[in-house]
Amino acid sequence: MEYVIEMLNIRKVFGNFVANDNITLQLKKGEIHALLGENGAGKSTLMNVLFGLYQPDGGEIRVKGKKVNIANPNVANDLGIGMVHQHFMLVDTFTVTENIILGSEPTKGGQIDIEKAEKEVRELSERYGLAVDPKAKIADISVGMQQRVEILKTLYRGADILIFDEPTAVLTPQEIQELIQIMKALVREGKSIILITHKLKEIMEVCDRVTVIRRGKGIGTLNVSETNPNELASLMVGREVHFKTEKQPPKVGKPVLEIENLVVKDSRGITAVDHLNLTVHAGEIVGIAGVDGNGQTELIEAITGLIKSESGSIRLNGKEIRNLTPRQITETGVGHIPQDRHKHGLVLDFPIGENMVLQTYYKEPYSKRGILNFKAIYDKARQLIQEFDVRTPDEYTKARALSGGNQQKAIIGREVDRDPDLLIAAQPTRGLDVGAIEFIHKRLIEQRDKGKAVLLVSFELDEIMNVSDRIAVIYEGKIVAIVDPKETTEQELGLLMAGSKRKEAGVSS
Amino acid sequence: MSENRLTNILVPVFAVILGIIAGAIVMIVSGYDPIAGYSALLYGAFGDRYYIGETIRQVTPYILAGLAVAFAFRTGLFNIGVEGQLIVGWLAAVWVGVAFELPKVIHLPLAIIAAGAAGALWGFIPGFLKARFRVHEVIVTIMMNYIALYVSNAVIRSVLSDQGFKSEKIHPSASLRSEFLQSLTDYSTLHYGIIISLIAAVVMWFLLEKTTTGYELRAVGFNQHASHYAGMNVNRNIILAMVISGAFAGIAGAMEGLGTFENVSVKAGFTGVGFDGIAVALLGGNHAFGIILAAVLFGALKVGALEMPSAADVPTELVDIVIALIIFFVASSYLIRLVLTRFKKEGK
Repeated sequence: MEYVIEMLNIRKVFGNFVANDNITLQLKKGEIHALLGENGAGKSTLMNVLFGLYQPDGGEIRVKGKKVNIANPNVANDLGIGMVHQHFMLVDTFTVTENIILGSEPTKGGQIDIEKAEKEVRELSERYGLAVDPKAKIADISVGMQQRVEILKTLYRGADILIFDEPTAVLTPQEIQELIQIMKALVREGKSIILITHKLKEIMEVCDRVTVIRRGKGIGTLNVSETNPNELASLMVGREVHFKTEKQPPKVGKPVLEIENLVVKDSRGITAVDHLNLTVHAGEIVGIAGVDGNGQTELIEAITGLIKSESGSIRLNGKEIRNLTPRQITETGVGHIPQDRHKHGLVLDFPIGENMVLQTYYKEPYSKRGILNFKAIYDKARQLIQEFDVRTPDEYTKARALSGGNQQKAIIGREVDRDPDLLIAAQPTRGLDVGAIEFIHKRLIEQRDKGKAVLLVSFELDEIMNVSDRIAVIYEGKIVAIVDPKETTEQELGLLMAGSKRKEAGVSS
Repeated sequence: MSENRLTNILVPVFAVILGIIAGAIVMIVSGYDPIAGYSALLYGAFGDRYYIGETIRQVTPYILAGLAVAFAFRTGLFNIGVEGQLIVGWLAAVWVGVAFELPKVIHLPLAIIAAGAAGALWGFIPGFLKARFRVHEVIVTIMMNYIALYVSNAVIRSVLSDQGFKSEKIHPSASLRSEFLQSLTDYSTLHYGIIISLIAAVVMWFLLEKTTTGYELRAVGFNQHASHYAGMNVNRNIILAMVISGAFAGIAGAMEGLGTFENVSVKAGFTGVGFDGIAVALLGGNHAFGIILAAVLFGALKVGALEMPSAADVPTELVDIVIALIIFFVASSYLIRLVLTRFKKEGK
């Protein structure tokens, strides 16, 4: 059997930390090979070694049987290895073609030969069924299209081996299906793909083989046809994992959050939330499903006071809180797990302990007459770190040094501990592994069972379906449908999220 | 953690050593004896009681200027306006010192407070413009420096003197000078200001590290978005940081006006103390106690250098180059940090 890439016994050490401990990954020609592991398991390190961003401390890499030394990404490019990054690296104001040729522009007499480039891009796009318009501006095309531009970029540079880094994290269900078709078309044309993911469903659907790594160690390589999600999950986490979060039927109480005719403009002055109505009751979890950019962010920021809204009403327990300051709203009883934990959730350069009192530092016992009481602060921090299983060397470690999952657990601990009547969780599990996701879902349901109202915003339909008691679908700033998760399907939700009316979606209302 | 801390201490130490080596090379190339030159520098800074007194006197405004820069920096602001804030503080202190005749317990604190208030006002303006209109504080503070310089000169000419070049001497009740300290140091210009600057360092440390106000200021400095999310008033903190920073700078001016000179004179250009404060803060790692050490180094260089022309025949221009080289290496500590990390990596 011919391997196009062989990473044999790769070892990579950072200080005292072994990120990759003799991991072996062999990629066959024409296969889609999943690299599965929790966050921090060493997937990215391994791929960065392959892409030339890190030098391995041990082991060897062979490309098409020949031993190679990938000193930098240019060498990787020359060897035909291309990476489709999770965070797109595109210039918004440039066209598709301009972005693709950036760095290797074809020239004619000192000028860029844009026509030739456009022709090549169009040919590539047609060959692999990407349907990308070479002349479109990046700013004008959807996230899914932008990802295809990233794929085209690697193909244009002649890549035979494509590494996809968590490609589905930003896509709608329909876009994910399309991406799967594209990946299949790519391997049909003789390309080989490494898919970095922690989504088991995708692996089952599209991959031929899967290599599982856990805490830096290679656990093994399996044929996808001979395994199942449960086995993969327990291999990845090292213990049994429950997918369906167990929950009792909700005991719905009085309305906690009542939003009426809310209008919010985004930073460019365009109406993002358009006369939106929504009620969340005590003891229920309302999930907001929608494609990114349909007003979710603005809705949450308006509720929490981070941005001002134009008109309408937001009541918490009957009290009007619209356009109060974030502190007033926090004190009224709103907890907020923000979408971007690095931007809003944490002061990364503060110790994790000081981050635990970000909204309460001015209250007793954390301070008295303006003087901080570090003993009380760190006592609290220790308690939360233990209670919420935040894995950190100690409470004095900077938040920056923690892994994403542990940062998120710290934020959730802080928000839940304030015992808010309304807990807003925006993308609470983004980028986290199954173990952490399970933990976070349990905590959200725990809040619900304590009679709190929970508003969950997520782009992961699994999460919405799994955790919510009611699902509100948001489209272009409006709630277009409220559905019962037990009576809906991903297909129906996907169509509603894309703007179809309920009837078209084949549902009688 | 401890490795980081070690780097933080090593970097400024290496910077100073590199600066000294580079200065030595310049002296050798120009045909002077670096050992004699540096011996003269050392003697001129710490050689006898008089020199020690002069050095401490020079360290005093450096500490305060360094604190001013660092305080703003910890809140994420770059206060280039310490020089201007220092000048208005100096002017305000002397004005109060000349205009009133009060018991010392009232007069001296009043003059210092006036200086702090003047500096605070000078810091408030860029702080307000930043908070309200997002005008960059670097631009505004640079311009405020010129406004301070020329306004101060105009006031000295038309109000504090009759078209003269300096104000009257302040009343003794507002003076920081002390016969005791002078006699202790062989009649140097040493004054009580050093105590004030050391207190200021403690105040800065306490304010930033131990109070809720400092918690907010640091949070805003690191991450405005998270601070806003947490319910802090970001704009208020920006203004507050500039006001406190300006107050430190203004008090630095009071040290000159009430201690070193006991008057204020028309200036042809900037004093440079405010700008050196940037280097002091940088070298001191923007930490109160680091700043004290850095200020001692800068004060010693400044005072000790005066001895180099007479004792080692090194011309003053060359002395300035040597000092500038040391500052250069301190300021490019990023480079040193890079080399250190590279070195460490390869050691592994």
